[in-house]
Amino acid sequence: MINSLFLINPSGEIFLEKHWKSVVSRSVCDYFLEAKEKALEPEDVPPVIHTPHHYLISIYRDKLFFLSVIQTEVPPLFVIEFLHRVAEMIQDYFGECSETVVKDHMVMVYELLEEMLDNGFPLATESNVLKEMIRPPTILRSVVNTLTGTSNVGDTLLTGQLSTIPWRRAGVRYTNNEAYFDVVEEIDAILDQSGTTVFAEIQGVVEACVKLSGMPDLTLSFMNPRLLDDVSFHPCVRYKLWESERVLSFIPPDGNFTLMTYHVNAQNLVAIPVYVKQSISFFECGSDGRLDVTVGPKQTMGKTVEGVMVTVHLPKTILSINLTATQGSYTYDNGTKLLVWDIGKLNPQKLPNLRGSLSLQAGAPKPEENPSLNIDLKIQQLAISGLKVNRLDMFGEKYKPFKGVKYITKAGKFQVRT
Amino acid sequence: MTDSKYFTTTKKGEIFELKAELNSDKKEKKKEAVKKVIASMTVGKDVSALFPDVVNCMQTDNLELKKLVYLYLMNYAKSQPDMAIMAVNTFVKDCEDPNPLIRALAVRTMGCIRVDKITEYLCEPLRKCLKDEDPYVRKTAAVCVAKLHDINAQLVEDQGFLDTLKDLISDSNPMVVANAVAALSEIAESHPNSNLLDLNPQSINKLLTALNECTEWGQIFILDCLANYTPRDDRESQSICERVTPRLSHANSAVVLSAVKVLMKFMEMLPKDLDYYGTLLKKLAPPLVTLLSAEPELQYVALRNINLIVQKRPEILKHEMKVFFVKYNDPIYVKLEKLDIMIRLASQANIAQVLAELKEYATEVDVDFVRKAVRAIGRCAIKVEQSAERCVSTLLDLIQTKVNYVVQEAIVVIKDIFRKYPNKYESVIATLCENLDSLDEPEARAAMIWIVGEYAERIDNADELLESFLEGFHDESTQVQLQLLTAIVKLFLKKPTETQELVQQVLSLATQDSDNPDLRDRGYIYWRLLSTDPVAAKEVVLAEKPLISEETDLIEPTLLEELICHIGTLASVYHKPPSAFVEGSRGVMHKRLPARTGSGEGTECPDVGNAAGGSAPEAAPSIIPSQGDLLGDLLNLDLPAVLLPLMGAGFGAAPAVMPASLNAPVGGGLGDLFDLGGGVGMPMGAYIPPKTVWLPAMKAKGLEISGTFARRAGVIQMELVLTNKAMSVMTDFAIQFNRNSFGLAPAGPLQVLTPLGPNQTIEVSLPLSTVGPVMKMDPLNNLQVAVKNNIDVFYFSCQYPISMLFVEDGKMERQVFLATWKDIPNDNESQFQIQDCHLNSEAASNKLQGSNIFTIAKRTVEGQDMLYMSIKLSNGIWVLAELKVQAGNPNYTISLKCRAPEVSQCVFQCYEAVLKN
Repeated sequence: MINSLFLINPSGEIFLEKHWKSVVSRSVCDYFLEAKEKALEPEDVPPVIHTPHHYLISIYRDKLFFLSVIQTEVPPLFVIEFLHRVAEMIQDYFGECSETVVKDHMVMVYELLEEMLDNGFPLATESNVLKEMIRPPTILRSVVNTLTGTSNVGDTLLTGQLSTIPWRRAGVRYTNNEAYFDVVEEIDAILDQSGTTVFAEIQGVVEACVKLSGMPDLTLSFMNPRLLDDVSFHPCVRYKLWESERVLSFIPPDGNFTLMTYHVNAQNLVAIPVYVKQSISFFECGSDGRLDVTVGPKQTMGKTVEGVMVTVHLPKTILSINLTATQGSYTYDNGTKLLVWDIGKLNPQKLPNLRGSLSLQAGAPKPEENPSLNIDLKIQQLAISGLKVNRLDMFGEKYKPFKGVKYITKAGKFQVRT
Repeated sequence: MTDSKYFTTTKKGEIFELKAELNSDKKEKKKEAVKKVIASMTVGKDVSALFPDVVNCMQTDNLELKKLVYLYLMNYAKSQPDMAIMAVNTFVKDCEDPNPLIRALAVRTMGCIRVDKITEYLCEPLRKCLKDEDPYVRKTAAVCVAKLHDINAQLVEDQGFLDTLKDLISDSNPMVVANAVAALSEIAESHPNSNLLDLNPQSINKLLTALNECTEWGQIFILDCLANYTPRDDRESQSICERVTPRLSHANSAVVLSAVKVLMKFMEMLPKDLDYYGTLLKKLAPPLVTLLSAEPELQYVALRNINLIVQKRPEILKHEMKVFFVKYNDPIYVKLEKLDIMIRLASQANIAQVLAELKEYATEVDVDFVRKAVRAIGRCAIKVEQSAERCVSTLLDLIQTKVNYVVQEAIVVIKDIFRKYPNKYESVIATLCENLDSLDEPEARAAMIWIVGEYAERIDNADELLESFLEGFHDESTQVQLQLLTAIVKLFLKKPTETQELVQQVLSLATQDSDNPDLRDRGYIYWRLLSTDPVAAKEVVLAEKPLISEETDLIEPTLLEELICHIGTLASVYHKPPSAFVEGSRGVMHKRLPARTGSGEGTECPDVGNAAGGSAPEAAPSIIPSQGDLLGDLLNLDLPAVLLPLMGAGFGAAPAVMPASLNAPVGGGLGDLFDLGGGVGMPMGAYIPPKTVWLPAMKAKGLEISGTFARRAGVIQMELVLTNKAMSVMTDFAIQFNRNSFGLAPAGPLQVLTPLGPNQTIEVSLPLSTVGPVMKMDPLNNLQVAVKNNIDVFYFSCQYPISMLFVEDGKMERQVFLATWKDIPNDNESQFQIQDCHLNSEAASNKLQGSNIFTIAKRTVEGQDMLYMSIKLSNGIWVLAELKVQAGNPNYTISLKCRAPEVSQCVFQCYEAVLKN
């Protein structure tokens, strides 16, 4: 199972190590650092590295590398999933996941890691359970602790760890009982030059924020559940009922959690909310080129498209650019050759346009590669797949909860080729 | 308030300060001090000096302080074993605590203290905890058994903990079941042949019940365990599949992939006409697609596994081509994997789409990716015949872009297309020739030269083109030189009148001015061939070439089957079978049907064979290979059979006047060739043990086999002498190995081309590879062989000198050596004596070097030479050695250090054999 964990910052410095079995010398990270040197971008470091005596499995998250060392045959996905949990745990406890935060809470992170694995076997990875054992830091608590000498570590046996619903702690009490669900859909798409969809799919997720007292048993039903042919659930969802009746029946964890993720397949028609007319061209001779991009609304179901942003990685040989935007503003970083055009809201009457000239470095040949455009956008109160929640029922408790559902559509990996 | 305050230091020295604080009377101050210590520990500072002071803080009722001290203990107990004993009493007491949390914590921590003395005290508390009334304690104790097993396996077996652990599989609490399974699986990995996880329908039912109720991690353990079970019939198989299918919708991708593994394996048993079979196939696609929308690291592992799945069952994902389309901001490792799968899924139905994508990729920024995309276009052409034309025109478009690396890559793949569809697309040759000058990579140059040679009769200026390459002949890489030589000979055979001068030129360049043996050999062979029999030369050089296969990189079916059983594991990521030498796992269970070789009769050791077959001719016990072997060597050059008589004729002629013209005497050239071959195995060559009889005639219906093993120029060879002592002719020889410790396998068929008449003997040399299936043998270097002929199949076993596995690049850097030596635990060191060896250290070192045992450093201490040496085995294991040689003392002492200590004995035997011969 998992032997050791190293946290490494982008400059290759190891700032935390934790061993669950015998101590593995940190020199083992050299193999990883070597691979990191070779990679062009930190994202490109291969996640599984074989060294003479160990396997190194790593993830890159929030500009940090989480590197685990294993010695025996262990499912790599198991390790990668766990590493993501570690990152999420840090995020969850301290509000962000960064080197500074970890260094500031070194001992607590260490204690948490100890609780998450035993001998490399996962022990407690549910946020609820962890928080019962080791309380997250708050300003108030640290003041109280200093005054009274009490500790951050809980000393009761955790009911959650043993019950068949390990995700929920017992004895939850709220004065206001509320349950909110956010249906968030991201469109992943590739459009070609002419605007034809090469590939499109929708990644959906239902995020829940449930603050209900006691042991509520919820049932969430959709108007059109047949849309969802490929789903994965939080362990709390009763799969049998979904199979037979297409409803989500579950005893929720307390607080924020991801209830379900789903996937609307490329085969179904995916509505593309915007179109992009673009041309980036370079003259055969001379050292100039032109860029002309226009964005307009397409299938928006009558809603406004906002937060529109276009990102282009221009070719390396570009010397300078001179563009004018009819709406919004653009920034250009000559070091990374990254052009970002922040448009904002789309107005169907007056389409935003960005155009102007690009000049190449003197003597540089016409660029070989075609830059792709990355589009960001947001549509409030719409799930682009058409998914709608029908109703939420609660059993098991007497009070009347406050319920709410919100929809939002965003661009995921939305690319336009030129 | 943050923990960074724990890092402030003062002038007096950190350790000193902390010591004082740890011994403070105030509880708060103590706790703060322990926190500082832990903080230092987490960043890798050595605070072990504070051990007694920290342990003193252990007796406390403050749970947080207790946990902190435990953290410290686990880290440093190993380095302070005597001190760690001080902690034992507290542990034993805590194991009796009324609070189950404390009991569990104590048993959990105790298991993490890797000190032998402590483990003795651990047994009683552990036994109690395994039967504790509280499931939380039981599940913690289950893991503790695995920890203890890692420290002292014998103790765990003696104390009967394994049986208790097996009982826990039937525990009422699903978490306890999951942990027991996890612990047993880990223990089983170091005991490949034990029946720890003896699964039967009852236990399977228990596991399936627990599967629904335990945590996500527990589900992974249980699913992986289920995958080892073989259902009795298809009904049981179906019922397990039905109960596992819901796991495909789990949010944890590792659970999903483990479930996929179980289903892929059990599906094999279902009849294909069953409705359920079709349903199951349909259910497998969506979860696999979903994995591709996860984080890139997860995608990578998923893609590597999907690569296996589409090879085994292409129907599952055949409609999902689009999800494998590459996004420009995918990490490079994801891009490359996606591309691979796109080609595997390419078919006539979707080829247009795929080609459009690939063309798009060929204009991306990343050079490696672009190259692979261009190559992929070529692979599509070869795979989907109907698309070949479109692929070729796409490639031509790309060549027009004049982007250098794209052009080169395109030419390499067009060569393959020409081989698959000969005489179909020559019209493009003109375009290719235009780009001749821009080619600077050997592979592209070689490909272009091949094309020119192959189609010489249709290219008017073929001679000019080839001549242009000839100018810088000696600066070219071997690949290009060989190709150029062949191409010009082809040209000569096609247009003999105009190109005589050119062919003379290239032959003399290849034979006289080159010091590359391959090139010289090929040059001589052509030369001989052309001078003796031009018609035969034509038949040989311009022979019909076999068509290249559709998909070149398919995984071999038996390996694929094994890998399917390992979906989700590291093996599936590397597409290699879990080798028995994965460090730390002392043996891996092979998840396949057992091979049918190795029946009892053949497994006797060679000595017995020798005694029995006493009348067998003694093979020459010599370091220098006998002449027969050299002929064998030559035959290995892949020569067509036509050449054989020629070889025989020239053999033994005096070595040799350099031939000056095409009319040089036949024998001279071959004599020279012979000399060359001899050079390889000369004085400094690797040690080759004398031949011994492996299979006596009386045991094999008249077939006698003797032989030995050798390593020549990096190639491992099994040198066999087959003698027919029966009355009838023997034909149809073939050879096969059982799985063995180092994955040895024949690299080609057994080359016995003519029937073996009665009383005839033939010497054959069989090149071996080390990529075969692996199974640990006892002794380690044991090899079980099956030889077949027209009469029967015979089995025998023999032992090979491990020295033939020592690879040429086994010389370690000094620093690395030093670090590695220190890094390997002392338990792994073994010491041996070599007696009666009369070499000085210099001579010994030279001799060893011939067998790829490299001396890295030498040190002389009080008249005693210490030689430090490194060896690398073909499977990547390093062995470090220290050889002590004292002048005048014929007894050497040798210490071997290796992470896989089981090889030490074999390595020592090699030292002895090499030094004494």
